Amino acid sequence: MKLALTELRRRPGRFATATVILTLIAVLLMFLGGLLDGLIANSTGALRAQQADVVVYSDTAQASFVRSRIEPDVRSSVESVDGVTEVGGLGNVQLGARVPGNGPRDLASTVLFGYELPPEGLPEAPPMGQAYADDTLEADGVEVGMTILLGPARSPIEVIGFVSDTNFAGQSSLWASDATWRSVLSENRPDARLAEGVFQALVVRGEAAGDVPLAAAIDDATGGATDSYTVDAAIEAIPGVSEQTTTFNQIIGVTVAIALVVIALFFALLTVERTGLYGVLKALGAKSSTLFAGLVAQAVVVTAIAAGVAGALVIVLDLIIPPGSIPLLVTPARLVTSVVLLLVAAVVGCAFSLRRVLRVDPASAIGTTS
Amino acid sequence: MTDTSTADRTTTDTALRMSDVRKVYPMGDGSEVIALDHATLTLGSDEIVALVGPSGSGKTTLCSIAGGILSATEGRIVVDDEDISGHDAKQLTTFRQRKVGFVFQSVNLVPFLNARENLLVVDELGRRTGQAARDRADQLLEELGLADRAKNLPSQLSGGQRQRVAIGRALMNDPALVLFDEPTSALDTKLGEQVMELIHDEMKSRGTAAIVVTHDERITHYCDRSVHIIDGRLEA
Repeated sequence: MKLALTELRRRPGRFATATVILTLIAVLLMFLGGLLDGLIANSTGALRAQQADVVVYSDTAQASFVRSRIEPDVRSSVESVDGVTEVGGLGNVQLGARVPGNGPRDLASTVLFGYELPPEGLPEAPPMGQAYADDTLEADGVEVGMTILLGPARSPIEVIGFVSDTNFAGQSSLWASDATWRSVLSENRPDARLAEGVFQALVVRGEAAGDVPLAAAIDDATGGATDSYTVDAAIEAIPGVSEQTTTFNQIIGVTVAIALVVIALFFALLTVERTGLYGVLKALGAKSSTLFAGLVAQAVVVTAIAAGVAGALVIVLDLIIPPGSIPLLVTPARLVTSVVLLLVAAVVGCAFSLRRVLRVDPASAIGTTS
Repeated sequence: MTDTSTADRTTTDTALRMSDVRKVYPMGDGSEVIALDHATLTLGSDEIVALVGPSGSGKTTLCSIAGGILSATEGRIVVDDEDISGHDAKQLTTFRQRKVGFVFQSVNLVPFLNARENLLVVDELGRRTGQAARDRADQLLEELGLADRAKNLPSQLSGGQRQRVAIGRALMNDPALVLFDEPTSALDTKLGEQVMELIHDEMKSRGTAAIVVTHDERITHYCDRSVHIIDGRLEA
């Protein structure tokens, strides 16, 4: 082990190529992970912010706000379920927003929510015509006190404050009262207009009274008129989220596999090159396990250095990329996960050289073999 | 069978005893190649033997078996009272760490370690003795005239100096037997003689037995006796 680390210290140039390639792969891995996290965060913030236990859609909605309608009688059934403590209506409409100071065609993508139960970071619903905005809208020039115009009807909404991490479907959110939302919806999407008391979804606080989970109890109580999810399940069920996650995870998996192949090839070549040296060391009494442990130690150190440099680069990248330009979210958890994946790839990659190390014949050191 | 043993040695003053040793390599076509044929050889505890023979005669095979690098097909090998005939690979590795020193034909120092570290590598691969090993390495370098070269890499040393470092490495574990594989083949005549003189002096001063594999008859007078090997058979 000490021998292997001494070689790393004395002959860094020998490992430079592998380190550079692994650094690039690690940057790619962490960047892809950051993009996935950013995309998911941008798509799910509105639901993650809900301080609720269950999200209720209508039975045919397939967890889509646009397709869902909850009538007042259904709401009453939900409210009557044992264990339910609070129920609030929730609805949204996706519209382009004209921001003062921006060009007439330079629309900010927004989704206006009307809420009854305040999500995390928000107070009670504001008065008619006012809304809290997600702070990503600051990148579009939105400021507190500014009035923005929503949709083709140019419905005016005054921004009275900012909230963080509440975006939905990749669009910046605005949080208003259900009356404001209902009004903007009817002005801009007359075909989707909803009557007083009708919501797209309900958020429910409470806990199961018996063995049946609360979501199932609600669906039973409404006679199948609803399709209820825990908040985590509702996040997973947002159209596109699981597809995005699966796609990115597959790309991340392929990237880890490429890292594994690079490490395997590099250290296999290094092992071939060192056959003579290994023969001498074995003749002097080195065990195969000692030599292999040295190889693994070198792979782990090279990978750790590459991952460290890559992590720093990705953090710098995150700092210099303008907010809102790409959905990159760099988190310690993602960086640590990427480093662990790369280290596992390093160890597994080295395993391909184990057989070769085991087969090195100490007799080769003094020029005699079969 | 040819017995080339010196007369009536007791166990304690015998570094190596090989009795009727054979090494046979099976070939793919069912035939066999006999690399060593009923070889018997005994070395006293401070005896230096030149093993002389042409290329392919089996001298490196004999050396490898004596040093626990190769296993014999038949026969008995006892080094420093340890019978290694039935040792498995793991036991042979431990045996090599403790009882044998090697000086290879092409020296084979670890290129990224300096002279002192090349000696200490023996300790790192075996029983780690820490300060004792460092003291021994310093003492050996001093005795070999390399104290001022302790921190030089092999690439910064002359051929003779590298050979001396290799001898120091072979002596690090205080072996009972040192095996020299063509120690002068890469050196000119004058340097070769200096190296042989050094080997003779170092072995005799320590009372360590040695086998010097060579095909050069001119250096055999530095050894106590010569043993010839032809086609795997030893001749006195």
